[in-house]
Amino acid sequence: MLFELTANPLDATRLVEHVRRDEAGAVALFHGVVRNENMGRRVLYLEYDAYPEMATKVMRRIAEEVAAKFPVTEIAIQHRTGRLEIGETSLLVAVSAPHRKEAFAACHALVDRFKEVVPIWKKEIWEGGEEWIEGETVESRD
Amino acid sequence: MRATLQTKVRLFARLAELTGTRETAVEFAEGLTAGQAFALLAGRYPHLNDYEGSVMFAVNAEYVPPEYILQQDDELALIPPVSGGAGAL
Repeated sequence: MLFELTANPLDATRLVEHVRRDEAGAVALFHGVVRNENMGRRVLYLEYDAYPEMATKVMRRIAEEVAAKFPVTEIAIQHRTGRLEIGETSLLVAVSAPHRKEAFAACHALVDRFKEVVPIWKKEIWEGGEEWIEGETVESRD
Repeated sequence: MRATLQTKVRLFARLAELTGTRETAVEFAEGLTAGQAFALLAGRYPHLNDYEGSVMFAVNAEYVPPEYILQQDDELALIPPVSGGAGAL
């Protein structure tokens, strides 16, 4: 398994290669991409802050949770930090599994869980202002 | 006399902007919980009061409940609601 935070552009090819196995017939790959609009505002760019030591630990924990629920072969997650322009990838989640159904389901579960618990925050910068986006507080950490 | 202990405190995102710092320290007597440490910090940085009820706590890079009792040399982190990935939640 691979869990990384980096200030550099993310490399989907490398992530797919990392999870690919001869016994895995499916690789699901999710790209989280910086969008030019949010709540009616034209977004100029985003800035991501993180608690790096904890973020990679929590990524590993959610990967272990998901691997316990779905028959997956391998998991790799990367998130970028710092300033990201519109169209750039902030999050990559790659999952390999014997069959597509499990690969899709595990990838979906990982992205949902990631957004709930991994200590990473984004700030939206638009014309004339900026705001830290804060998600819903998650009551249960299990 | 009760010994004075110290914990490093890390702040991120909007909490770092509101307080003007990413790292500070709290001195405390034995038995102080993470939640009580937050109340001490909110005395120092009143903006933190907005986060009572929504902030989560981590010690040494693991989530802990507010009742966690701090130990010497712990690293306490204040975790505002997270928003990684892209797009709406």
